[in-house]
Amino acid sequence: MKPTDTRDPEYYHKVVDCQYACPAHTPVPEYIRKIAAEKYTEAYMINWESNVFPGILGRTCDRPCEPACRRGRVEEEPVAICRLKRVAADNKGDVQSLMPQAPFPSNGKKIALIGGGPASLSVARDLAPLGYEIHLFDEQIAGGGMMRSQIPAFRLPEEVLNEEVGYILNLGIHTQFMTYVESLKEVLEKDYDAVFVGTGAPRGRDLPKLPGRKEGDEHIHIGIEWLAGVAFEHIDKIGKKVIVLGGGNTAMDCCRTSRRLGGESVKVVVRSPFKDMKASPWEKEDAMHEDIEIFDNHVPLSFEVENGKLIGMKFQRVKAVYDDSGKRKLIPTGEPDVFIEADEVLIAIGQENSFPWIERDLGLKFNEWDMPEVDKVTFQSTHPKVFFGGDAAFGPENVITAVAHGHQAAVSMHLFCQGKDISQRPAPYTKLFSTKMGIHEWSYDSPVTIDQRYLVPQAEKSITLLDRRKEVELGFDLPTGYKEAQRCLNCDVQTEFTADRCIECDACMDICPTSCITFTANEEDEDQLRQNLLVPATDKSQDILVSETLKTGRVMVKDEDVCLHCGLCAERCPTSAWDMQQFFYSVTKAENI
Amino acid sequence: MTYLKPLFRHPKLPKNKIGYTLKEYEGTISTLCAGCGHDSISATIVQACFELSIEPHLVAKISGIGCSSKTPAYFLGNSHGFNSVHGRMPSVATGANLANKDMVYFGVSGDGDTASIGMGQFVHVIRRNLNMVYIVMNNGCYGLTKGQDSATADVGSASKSGHINPFQPVDLASLAVELGATFVAQSFSGDKQQLVPLIKAAIQHKGLAFINVMSPCVTFNNNPGSTKSYDYVREHMHATGTLDFVPEREAINASYAAGTDTAVTLHDGTTMRLHKLAPEWDPEDRLSAVNALQQARAKNEILTGLLYINTVFGDLHDILNTTDRAFNTLAEKALCPGEEQLQTINAGFR
Repeated sequence: MKPTDTRDPEYYHKVVDCQYACPAHTPVPEYIRKIAAEKYTEAYMINWESNVFPGILGRTCDRPCEPACRRGRVEEEPVAICRLKRVAADNKGDVQSLMPQAPFPSNGKKIALIGGGPASLSVARDLAPLGYEIHLFDEQIAGGGMMRSQIPAFRLPEEVLNEEVGYILNLGIHTQFMTYVESLKEVLEKDYDAVFVGTGAPRGRDLPKLPGRKEGDEHIHIGIEWLAGVAFEHIDKIGKKVIVLGGGNTAMDCCRTSRRLGGESVKVVVRSPFKDMKASPWEKEDAMHEDIEIFDNHVPLSFEVENGKLIGMKFQRVKAVYDDSGKRKLIPTGEPDVFIEADEVLIAIGQENSFPWIERDLGLKFNEWDMPEVDKVTFQSTHPKVFFGGDAAFGPENVITAVAHGHQAAVSMHLFCQGKDISQRPAPYTKLFSTKMGIHEWSYDSPVTIDQRYLVPQAEKSITLLDRRKEVELGFDLPTGYKEAQRCLNCDVQTEFTADRCIECDACMDICPTSCITFTANEEDEDQLRQNLLVPATDKSQDILVSETLKTGRVMVKDEDVCLHCGLCAERCPTSAWDMQQFFYSVTKAENI
Repeated sequence: MTYLKPLFRHPKLPKNKIGYTLKEYEGTISTLCAGCGHDSISATIVQACFELSIEPHLVAKISGIGCSSKTPAYFLGNSHGFNSVHGRMPSVATGANLANKDMVYFGVSGDGDTASIGMGQFVHVIRRNLNMVYIVMNNGCYGLTKGQDSATADVGSASKSGHINPFQPVDLASLAVELGATFVAQSFSGDKQQLVPLIKAAIQHKGLAFINVMSPCVTFNNNPGSTKSYDYVREHMHATGTLDFVPEREAINASYAAGTDTAVTLHDGTTMRLHKLAPEWDPEDRLSAVNALQQARAKNEILTGLLYINTVFGDLHDILNTTDRAFNTLAEKALCPGEEQLQTINAGFR
């Protein structure tokens, strides 16, 4: 194999599993080290740069970083990255003064943002300091979009939301709340230089054809609409017996909210097996902790109505059968149908995009699924002035994905407004520097703790169920946060190998606790080389680092898979052929252009 | 600072026949200099014991004094160990072996511990053919006392202080063959491919298995001004462009076909010729072993691999005709047959 090019920014980026998995590529190990060093404000600002909503995401993120965490490959559980973010947010000092300070000198350009959710706010955050006049339109009473209307207050307190939305609106954004934009045409007729659409996926799926749907309508609600009703205080109670249909995070929010509004017997009923449910495992755990029963493998058959009033639902029992390609089929088991009593039913089976307000004759193409055609890199639609992001772009995702879209759309809009080619994307900003401080000393905590993942404490159920605003999770206290932070393996501190310094003494190979390093004859074929390592490198999603040819004709091959980044190879190296070098990677944002 | 090795291991680490991974054979983290040849030998012993599926609690490591004698702390952490007096490892090993012959004994020693202060014990433990693996980690200098020439340093080699060694070296392998050792081998710490099978063979061998391992001292004889330093060799490699000036990189991990010569430079820069035994070599012929060693010495080569083996001559227990059971398992009744037996024995002397 050819020697690995570690100067390619993506090589080391991929080694930092958490950062690579994060849609916004937040430099996770960097801020975790700041938390361990009690520098919460700095940790917060690193997050704020990347993901805009540290306090919100520290409570509600879908955490794509955690399944990717290397710690999960060497022991049971990943680092509690998400909740460490909250530690930074909860304990930060004054951050306002570290943020860009409005007013900014105008650059003469005007931008409209349709929708006030995370995607639009991210665009606003990136573009306002560059002098754009930004007009934000939202139908709700305040900014935040689905973070306000769909995420219940017991998971995300309103103060946290208001604070972080406020940081952005304070950048001099012209907001027009309680304003439903009814026509894109009208917007385009105004003198905006670019328009960003971040209207989310606002339509909750229904079951219109299920028998009894119409008759029971008074007591059947669409999940996200009902959650919004609760959030904006139009709804403050629910029947004692509640069925929630669906297995995603919205279903979990619906059932837990029901428990707080008077639901005593709340049951989640889902078609798929428990393990296939879309909800995050921790959301399911929290729901079950609040005495919510989850019935899996039940397909809804009908709403049962008696004397004009909903009395429950009928379900067919099924089992999941997987074919060779892993595709799932739900086959009826033949067992008798199940009747579950209910006073009210919440339907949380997914949500869809909806663009009734976009005229179809504007030159903005829609595809066969009635979704706008949006470029995956630039987020530009077929109308050059109109950009999309968040759930509005490619369908429902999550907050952190919306933020990542926002950054990229902002880059495009900035280039567009300057008359530049938006397909010429700026390269990411990277840094690589040695952490060596002395013979056995590095500028990071290299020892690897064996502590297992710490649990985030929760408030007593007897208290939280009485008040829908009472936050359930209490967050790590500082000593626990420190211990959890120390579980981080510092994957951004890279093992940088310089072949012409190596004397092939084998010291690194002998000391490596996880047998990552092998000196061996090179092979043409990567698979063969992977097989020849001390422990064969079978996980192809993890790269191998191949050195230049050494003096004996062999190469050094390092399997990145379970490297603990403990620095022992570098400490045992007599010639500093190994060095521990900190890698910093940041997605280029509009401000860097 | 990292003086502790992380406890995590590769989750797919292979297991041996008794269900252990390499981890069960490791010791604590080494405090020797980074890049020390001794650490490679430690890793090789770990590998050999793992591959042979030896129960770690059935191994005893006994050593004397010196860098080499510190190494038993760095391998086989679940085995028995005795860090004894300078040069006196063989007597402690003899005592242990006589008490319990059912264990694997590793005697770990260095060139000072064996060829200087321990020479007397070395000679006699060979003569007695104690069943043990006797490894000398041979770096030609006294690393713990700042690198003075040892008794195995070659005549004419320069030390870190610039001093030229005027004395003839003690050739431990030749001496061992001469004294009648039943297993004699030489190897190089940078050649695990050769050393792992040699150690495995030595463990398997009944009787004294002597392995003289060249193990470069990375710290001494590596000073500016020395013609044997890393820098000097590197700087002059291209300038002179001579073929006989072998860079140490190439030398330290030599891998070579049977029957070929190869040049190996030690960490101090000394170039040595390594010669691997031809396949047609008869390792059971003591005369040919002596011959080969002498011829190699005449050519400034170091002969590596298995030099001589005698599987016929019995070990100390065979020579002394001891009981089948290990002494430490014999209870008082077996050891003290009683008054009546004593009278019978005494009567036999009258």
